[in-house]
Amino acid sequence: MTLRAFPAALALVAATAGAQQPAATAKVGPTLIKNATVLTVTKGRLENTDLLLQNGKIAQIGKNLSAPAGATVIDATGKYVMPGIIDPHSHSMADAINEGSLSVTSMVRIRDVLNPTDINIYRQLAGGVTTINVLHGSANTIGGQNAVVKLKYGKDLDEMLFPGATPGIKFALGENVTRKNSQQAAQAQGQPLRYPATRMGQEEVLRDAFTRARDYKATWDDYNARVAKGEKNLVPPEHDLELDPLVEVLEGKRFVHAHSYRADEMLMLLNIAKEFGFTVRTLQHGLEGYKIASEISQAGTGLSTFADEWSYKIEAYDAIPYNTAIAMRHGVVTTVNSDSDERARRLNIDAAKMMRYGGLSEDSALKTITYNGAVQLGIEKKVGSIETGKDADVVIWSGNPLSVYSIAETTFIDGEIFFDIKRDQAKREEMAKERAALEAADRRRPVVP
Amino acid sequence: MIHKCRSLASLGMTVRALGMTVVFSASASAQLGSFNPNPGPQGTFAIRGGRVITVSGAEIPNGTVVISGGKITAVGANVSVPSGAKVIDATGLMVYPGMIETGSSVGLSEIGQGAIATVDIQEVGSFNPNAQAFYGIDPHSAHIGVARVVGITTVVSRPTGGIISGTAALMNLAGDTPPKMAVVQKLALVVELPHSGFGGRGFARAAALQQGSNVDANRVRQLQMDSLRTMLHDAEAYGKAQAAYAADKTLPRPAHDVVLDALLPALAGKMPVIFPADRTNDIRDAVTFAEEMKIKPIIMGGQDAPMVASFLKQHNVPVIVTAVMKLPSREDDPYDVNFTIPAKLAAAGVPFAISTGDKGSEIRTLPYNAGMAAAHGLSKTDALKSVTLWPAQIFGVADKMGSLDVGKMGNVVVTTGDILEAMTDTKYLFIDGRQIPLDSKHTQLNAQFKDRP
Repeated sequence: MTLRAFPAALALVAATAGAQQPAATAKVGPTLIKNATVLTVTKGRLENTDLLLQNGKIAQIGKNLSAPAGATVIDATGKYVMPGIIDPHSHSMADAINEGSLSVTSMVRIRDVLNPTDINIYRQLAGGVTTINVLHGSANTIGGQNAVVKLKYGKDLDEMLFPGATPGIKFALGENVTRKNSQQAAQAQGQPLRYPATRMGQEEVLRDAFTRARDYKATWDDYNARVAKGEKNLVPPEHDLELDPLVEVLEGKRFVHAHSYRADEMLMLLNIAKEFGFTVRTLQHGLEGYKIASEISQAGTGLSTFADEWSYKIEAYDAIPYNTAIAMRHGVVTTVNSDSDERARRLNIDAAKMMRYGGLSEDSALKTITYNGAVQLGIEKKVGSIETGKDADVVIWSGNPLSVYSIAETTFIDGEIFFDIKRDQAKREEMAKERAALEAADRRRPVVP
Repeated sequence: MIHKCRSLASLGMTVRALGMTVVFSASASAQLGSFNPNPGPQGTFAIRGGRVITVSGAEIPNGTVVISGGKITAVGANVSVPSGAKVIDATGLMVYPGMIETGSSVGLSEIGQGAIATVDIQEVGSFNPNAQAFYGIDPHSAHIGVARVVGITTVVSRPTGGIISGTAALMNLAGDTPPKMAVVQKLALVVELPHSGFGGRGFARAAALQQGSNVDANRVRQLQMDSLRTMLHDAEAYGKAQAAYAADKTLPRPAHDVVLDALLPALAGKMPVIFPADRTNDIRDAVTFAEEMKIKPIIMGGQDAPMVASFLKQHNVPVIVTAVMKLPSREDDPYDVNFTIPAKLAAAGVPFAISTGDKGSEIRTLPYNAGMAAAHGLSKTDALKSVTLWPAQIFGVADKMGSLDVGKMGNVVVTTGDILEAMTDTKYLFIDGRQIPLDSKHTQLNAQFKDRP
C-alpha cells in the first residue's frame, strides 16, 4: 500500500535491489577453483586441491587440474571450499506462513506463495547458503506442504524449486498449536476458539486425520484394483485435497517435518506414525530430543534443531546446546537449522558451536548444515557434500568456515555464481549513483522536517 | 507451568541422586529451580603457562596471572607464585579478562513467552527512575550459569519500557544474592525517548506524512517530551532545594521525593544515561536532549550510528552496538550493513562496545557478535576490546575490570583458544577472585541424558 502510493520510490527499490542481482549469463561456462582447502564433508579435508565445475556439476576434484577451454580460473590459495549450506527449516521467500484457520490444512502449498525476489535470498547467499526448506508455520497440527528451493536469486521460481526433492508436509505439536500464548488475545478480538487446545487434542487430530486418510486410500485402492481387473463403468471416488497428501505420507512418498519441542509429544507422534505405518522424516526443533534420543534413532527419524536457542518459551526451557551431539551419538541424522532470515546468514557459526557443546568433529559439525540436511530432504545424491558428479553448489570461504572470522566470498549454485563479494562491492557504487539520480529526479519527495 | 515445575524439581533430585559434585544453593528458587553452582571462596590462584591476553597491553606468550583476595595481584612473564596459591596449569591455554555484556536484562526475564510471572522487566507508568534492576534480578536465573561458562563475567542489566524505564545495575555473574553479584547497584539511568515519526525515515514516514497521522504522532511525542523535560527540571529544582536545606537548616525542610531523588545522580553528571536509539533522528535527538539537560548519554542500539558517526564523534558520545546480528532494516541496504557497524565506528573514532542486546538467554552469543564484526573489517584486537575494556570504560568501571591488570577485579577466563571463536571452550573461570564451577542448567541436563540408553 505504502509503496503503491509512491511509484517513484518503488522504482528506486526495484532498481537498487536489482543491482544486487548477478548479471544474467546465458550459459554458464566451466570454473576451475585452484589450490583450495576443500572440506568435502563426507570424505574429509583435502589440502591444496582443485575443483572443476562444469555443466552445473562438480566435474573433477584433484591436484593440478588443467582448465578446459573458456574456463574461469579462480586462485583460491589460502581459502576454503565447502558445499553450499542447506537450511532445513526456513520461512524465507514465503509471503504467507500459516493457514492456521483449521487444525488440518494439508491441502495448502507453500510453493504457491513464494517470492523469488525476497532480498533475504541474497543475504543468505552471502552467508554461504544454497538450499532452503521453506516450511509452513506451526499454527496447526497438520499444516501445509513445503517447498525445497535452490537460492538462484534473479531466476524465475520454476528454476529455483529443487528438482527431485521429496515433497514434504509440516506437522506441529505443543504450545504453538494449543495457542496458550495467543488464544486469550484471539478470543478478546472475537475470534472463535480452535480445536485442539491441548496435547490430548493434538494426538486425536492426528489419529482422526490418518484414520480418514487410510479409509480414503482403501476406497481408491479398491477402485484402482477393480479398474485393473477390467471392470467398466465404475464411478471413481471423489478426490479429497486434504487427504491426498496424507495418503502420500502413508505411502512414504511425502516426508513429515514435525515441529515439536517436548519429549513426550515427540514420542506420541513417533508412536502414532508407527501405528499407521509411516516414518516421521524429521522432528523440527525437537529441543528435548536429547531426552529420547534412542527412541528417535529407533524410529529412523531425523532431528533438525537450533544450535543454542532456548528459554524463549516454556517448552524451550529445557533446550540445551548438547542436543545435536547427543542425538548424533545415538545415530540420529541431525541438522542445525535457522527458522530465521537472520540466523540463516551465519549457520557456519552455529555449526562451530556444536564442536564446543558435545565435542563434534569438524566433519560432523559441518554435516549438520550440509549433508545431513540433504538426507533429510531426500536430495543427498545431488547436494550436501563435495563429490564428483554432484551439483556444483559450492562456496569459497576466506578461511575455515567454522571460524567466526571467516566470510563467504563466492557462492555457486549449479556452477553459476549467485554471490560474489567483489561483484557486490562494485555494484554498490553503481547503486549509490543510481539512487542519487532517482532521488534527485523525484520532485514529490516529501520534505522531512 | 505446573508440569514444568514438577519436571524441574524432579530433575534437581535426579542430579543430586547421581552424586554430582554440583553444589546446589540452599536458597534455591522454588519456582524455576536453581542451576548455578555457587562460586568458591576468594582464594589465591596462580594461572601459569598460558598465553595471556591482557587486552590493555601486549599479550604475554607464556605468562602468569595471580589472583588473590578477589583482585588481580600480578600479571607478567616473570611472576613468582605466592606460597599457598592454588596453581592452575594453563599450558596450551589462553587467559583473558572476563567479557562484559552491556545490553542485557539478565535476571529480570526468564521465559519471555507464556510465563509472564517470570518477566519483571517493565514497571507500570512512564516515569520510573526509582525502579532499580537490582531489586528485580533473580540470582538463580538459569541464564546466568549458561552465559558465564562462555566467559561473560559481568553484565549491565536494565529495565525497559515507558520513558524513564529505571536504573540499570552492573552485576557480576556470580553470587547467590543480588548484593553479592552487584558491582555497581545504580549504574545508569535508562531513558527511552519517544521515537520521532514512523520508522524515522523512508517510505513509512512519507506515507504517514501523507495521511496526516505523523502530525498526531509528533503531537503525542511533543507532549511526552514536555513531560520528561518538566520532570527533569523539577528534579533539578528539587536537588537545589535539598542542597540549600542541607547547607542551611533554618530553611523550610523540603519534602523528600524518592522519584526525583533517583534522577539527581544523572543530572549531576555522576551517572550516565542509556538512550536506546537506532535511527539517525533518534540518535541525534537523544544527544541533543542530553546536552540540553547536561546529562551524559550512551546510545544503545546504534543501527544507523555510522550515518551520524561524525556527529557522535564531535559530541564524544559512546554507542552500545546491539545491531551487529540484526537483519538490515532497509531492503536496499548492503547485506553486511550491520556486520560493519563496529568497523565504521572504529574508523570514525566513535567509542563503542558490542552487545547482543538480548535480555538474557542468548547473551552467550556475545563473543560471536564481536567475531562477526571482526570478520567484517574490525580488527581482532578491537573486537576483543569491544566486549572487555571498552564497555568498562564507557560505564566508568575500567579501574575495576575489562583487562588483565593489577588491582582489577579477579574476573578471568581460561580458554582452549580464541575467546571469540564458537568452537572454543572454557577451562577455568574466575569471577570476583572466586573460582566458578563450569556447570550450568545445560551441562546438568547433558549429564543426565547423554548416556541414556
